[in-house]
Amino acid sequence: MSTVKLTINGIAVEAPAEATILEAARLANVRIPTLCYLKDVNPLGSCRMCLVEVKGARSLATSCIHPVNEGMEVTTNSPALRAARRQNLELMLSNHRTDCLSCSRSTDCELQALCREYGVDQYKFGDSGLEADYEFSMPHLVRDNSKCILCRRCVAVCRKNQHVGVIGTNERGYDTHIASAFDMPLAETSCVACGQCIAVCPTGALTERDDTGKVWEALADPGKHVVVAPAPSVRAQLGECFGMPIGTNVEGKLIAALRRLGFDKVFDVDTAADLTIMEEGTELLERLNNGGKLPMITSCSPGWIKFCEHYYPDLIENLSSCKSPQGMYGAMMKTYYAEKNAIDPKDMFVVSIMPCTAKKFEIGRDDMSAAGAGIADIDVSLTTRELAQMIKEAGIIWEDLPDEEADPAFGVASGAGHIFGVTGGVMEAALRTVYEIVTGKTLDAPEFHDVRGTKNIKEAEYDLNGTKVRVAVTSGLANAAELLERVRAGEADYHFIEVMACPGGCVNGGGQPHQPGDVRNFTDLRAVRAGALYSEDSGMALRKSHENPVIKELYDTYLERPGSHKAHHVLHTSYVKREL
Amino acid sequence: MAKRKTAVAFKGTEEQEGQLLAFIEQHRSMQGNLMPVLQKAQEIYGYLPIEVQKIIAKELGIPLAEVYGVVTFYAQFTLNPKGEYKIAVCLGTACYVKGSGDVLDRISRKLGIESGGITPDGKFSLDATRCIGACGLAPVMTINDDVYGRLNLDEVDGIIEKYM
Repeated sequence: MSTVKLTINGIAVEAPAEATILEAARLANVRIPTLCYLKDVNPLGSCRMCLVEVKGARSLATSCIHPVNEGMEVTTNSPALRAARRQNLELMLSNHRTDCLSCSRSTDCELQALCREYGVDQYKFGDSGLEADYEFSMPHLVRDNSKCILCRRCVAVCRKNQHVGVIGTNERGYDTHIASAFDMPLAETSCVACGQCIAVCPTGALTERDDTGKVWEALADPGKHVVVAPAPSVRAQLGECFGMPIGTNVEGKLIAALRRLGFDKVFDVDTAADLTIMEEGTELLERLNNGGKLPMITSCSPGWIKFCEHYYPDLIENLSSCKSPQGMYGAMMKTYYAEKNAIDPKDMFVVSIMPCTAKKFEIGRDDMSAAGAGIADIDVSLTTRELAQMIKEAGIIWEDLPDEEADPAFGVASGAGHIFGVTGGVMEAALRTVYEIVTGKTLDAPEFHDVRGTKNIKEAEYDLNGTKVRVAVTSGLANAAELLERVRAGEADYHFIEVMACPGGCVNGGGQPHQPGDVRNFTDLRAVRAGALYSEDSGMALRKSHENPVIKELYDTYLERPGSHKAHHVLHTSYVKREL
Repeated sequence: MAKRKTAVAFKGTEEQEGQLLAFIEQHRSMQGNLMPVLQKAQEIYGYLPIEVQKIIAKELGIPLAEVYGVVTFYAQFTLNPKGEYKIAVCLGTACYVKGSGDVLDRISRKLGIESGGITPDGKFSLDATRCIGACGLAPVMTINDDVYGRLNLDEVDGIIEKYM
């Protein structure tokens, strides 16, 4: 790798020749503020917060896109630069509905943080006079363009990472705004509800739809039996909302917090993940042995499912018919759990805590009523962020929470269930079980390293008693589209494919804690967050779904066997073709 | 904003679509082909309704949102066809100070369309224009080739009604 030498504020740095000034500055431990920039996704240089002085240059340079040169002398902190950045912020505020006291992103807003840093005068150019401009046609998202700073991060992730591109920049000048074509409601587009736009929004312009009110109401209702369960990846991220380092596993505190919020039972979606493996593994073997449609593709990620329904309707038959772990958890609660405890499912209120905004869409799908009579399997799906908000509002002191365990009836999970939250996790979990069922052998080291990591498309081949099984794993819908084009064209002969809508899987889901560009641009969130789940798995005795005693009991006492008629009724679903 | 879906039903013909597809085919490998394709499409159809933008998005493999973004960025593109009677209200400086903004509002309310829009029956389209060079007659509007000058608000409805 060739390098160049330059100075940043007089500090000598040697940086890769292709580095930007922003990246070189980090090597000198100098932080340059950014607002629109997202590494690899949104290198626009439009917000002009990252301005620097380059000796000999005619004007200030945008360091996020300006490449380094040999001998360059850069200044990142001078009276002129601070004034320029302050004025840029003041101009942004002149067209921003400044609503900090009631904005859900307050204290977590990149614009607000920079305004504090630069001592901005909020009223220099008068009050914006803007009124709220809401779009909430989808169940997962609220857009308020009066808080949009036109950084275009959302447009970039939607198009480049997710291959969806249902939002763009409409009109020009003062009328410029982010919206769908013809300003259609998002619900009329092929938006997949992944929420990646929300995850990268620096302000309060994009937020998930706040469903915490419904949960508070249920918790206060003595007539409701309220149960809750968190998804695998929530335990790897929730700590970030309480100032803990990225990648800290907080499973024990998470369970304790849920109990203190007043839920009647605290279960674990990881148990449902184990159940998913039993059903999905059985379905895979069934398809392999009986000439079923291959490759079979996983169905855990509702953003991916909606994407497939819009963009690859010809591959719907390839989708596993299994509900997602959230779907299975909800269905089991309102059937098995309700029956066993003699509770009318109408009197139950089932909450899931998800890393995901598409789960809010999923709970409203047609088939999500195992108990029948229009009783929804899941009543409310909250994101990790919404849960953090509830914990704070309840006055729970996070630091002092003890570690607790989930209620055993539906709260015991294997390591295989935990790693569902990472790209490759579902595949690895399935392989652990399918391998042992087919070969009759016990895996001493149940790690499948080929399907781990953040590579865009991972491939591997395994020998199951003489049968070669070829698998592929991908995450991020642009990567999925690349893989599926090969499947469509007949150029790939996989048996089993795992697709997760969000890049890196659920750990980087649209409902996960916000991390500012400052962090995202210099940390691979996917890898650091994944580490928490892999290390939990590796330290466990129970690492395979089929060895989970709760799963065994569910089949013995209720579901009969994987793939049974009963299991199909409760745990499986179907898909619909959707228009583009 | 007037740049939304048009109120008038799409009446594109197969022949027009064939012309557009042929043009796209010729320019498929050209970098930055969206602009010439949009210009050609507007030449063929006279405007760029959602039906036409969808063809372009599909053929060029670009999301509709991006096509629409370009269409609404440039003033040369229009989302509405022109009506049988094209009403143009001058918003040049002289006309504006003489109250042409109120004239525009009055017509807009009378016809139920905004500037840039067209009535659902296709009869009237309404545009605000820059100075048309008849400042001595301010405020001025034109309906096709008819010029109406020194307008006062009370006569506007009557003028429109003559064309109904």
